[in-house]
Amino acid sequence: MTQAAIQADASDAMITMTGVGKWYGAFQALHNVDITVAQGEKIVLCGPSGSGKSTLIRCINHLEAYQEGEIRVGGMLLGHQSKTIDAVRREVGMVFQQFNLFPHLTVLQNCMLAPVKALGLGKADAEERARQLLERVKISEQAEKYPAQLSGGQQQRVAIARALCMRPKVMLFDEPTSALDPEMVKEVLDTMIALAEEGMTMICVTHEMGFARQVADRVIFMASGAIVEEAPPAEFFSNPQHERTRKFLGEILGRH
Amino acid sequence: MGRDEFVFLLIGLKWTVALSVVAFICGCIAGLIVALARTSGITLLERITAGYIAVFQGTPLLMQLFVVYYGLALIGIRMDAWAAVSVGLTLHASAYLGEIWRGSIEAVPKGQTEAAKALALRYFSRMKDVVLPQAIRISLPATIGFLVQLIKGTSLASIVGFTELTRAGNIISNQIFQPITVFGIVGILYFLMCCPLTIYGAHLERKFAASTR
Ligand SMILES: Nc1ncnc2c1ncn2[C@@H]1O[C@H](COP(=O)(O)OP(=O)(O)OP(=O)(O)O)[C@@H](O)[C@H]1O
Ligand SMILES: [Mg+2]
Repeated sequence: MTQAAIQADASDAMITMTGVGKWYGAFQALHNVDITVAQGEKIVLCGPSGSGKSTLIRCINHLEAYQEGEIRVGGMLLGHQSKTIDAVRREVGMVFQQFNLFPHLTVLQNCMLAPVKALGLGKADAEERARQLLERVKISEQAEKYPAQLSGGQQQRVAIARALCMRPKVMLFDEPTSALDPEMVKEVLDTMIALAEEGMTMICVTHEMGFARQVADRVIFMASGAIVEEAPPAEFFSNPQHERTRKFLGEILGRH
Repeated sequence: MGRDEFVFLLIGLKWTVALSVVAFICGCIAGLIVALARTSGITLLERITAGYIAVFQGTPLLMQLFVVYYGLALIGIRMDAWAAVSVGLTLHASAYLGEIWRGSIEAVPKGQTEAAKALALRYFSRMKDVVLPQAIRISLPATIGFLVQLIKGTSLASIVGFTELTRAGNIISNQIFQPITVFGIVGILYFLMCCPLTIYGAHLERKFAASTR
């Protein structure tokens, strides 16, 4: 890529991954991954178990180090020094399959911790921000409770609010509804849909194909650590190009 | 046994308590450093602290006290008995507490650290605000168990000539020739210090087991 092209990318793209390779020891988990995500774009990432979906999104906030290629977030090159890593992490929120709320802190304290410690916000400002966002995920009455006192769906909505308290430019979701009882999936998906409608840039690893149809601008299909195919959802579901995609869709849609 | 003898035992008891408190507090501070180094992810630091822990867990406490007391004198560092046993017990405690806390730090689910990292929290805040509060809770029963061992371990300080409770008992017993009475009282005094701690530790363990069902 020429210098000019990199600059152009940096200005209108929120995330660019260029030729990213990632190894766990001798095992190559990502092969030459190229993805560009524009500001406000919603991406759904899917693929069979072990295909590298989690690895890919965890590279974007450097929970995993990558060894090859480059990743830019909001124009910043994600290097391997803690300074650039922290700068990127302040812009990128993440929601995990297992919620990962801090069990020794109340819901409100969960939401206030990072804005105070990582952004240097005052306590009062952080609390106001936290209460606003808890309101937005419709859980403000639970602010003084501990995570263990909430249902799975409520915990995941708190986790979303906690990430939003950092005012991120990008949100990453790693199978946010997979650990939930079926009756709680909808409340979390609704929260994500509302967030998408407000224009958040999102990458979601999920097998909720209804969500993909409704929200995604593009669906990316991965297998064996590489991107196999990407297309807008209508095209992706009606006319998949690759045999592996067809097989995967057959399995996943057959199951639902 | 008269009043004077009993007061002499109580003075010994005072030194046992003082030694336990100093060794425990200094051992906690040093032990925290050992535990953090042991879980730092920096290979060299982890190896060094693993070796440190192995040495103190693999040798008798009495020998450790001898080495500090006589060994340091040999290389020209003069310490009185009080300082030497404090240093010896602190080193001993730091290794044991370091190992107990390493285990509890590792018992905190990895997702906690990952969530903290994803929220842009730095190492200091990740440890202080997220991992350690959970790890300390997990470690409390074992930490209290070790404190009980440490209180009883201070009796070895008598062998290098420091007059704590056990040595005070020895001195009185040699004066009044009533070893059963004297050591009976000494034993009761140790028991009164240790037993409530043991009960409290068991209580915490039950509470913890109930909350992580
Ligand atoms: N820490 C690790 N050490 C070694 N190998 C790993 C590690 N994490 C993941 N892998 C391997 O990398 C590959 C991709 O894993 P990844 O978790 O990214 O897959 P995934 O697409 O998210 O799968 P799933 O749908 O099961 O969550 C797998 O083969 C996995 O075994
Ligand atoms: Mg995964």
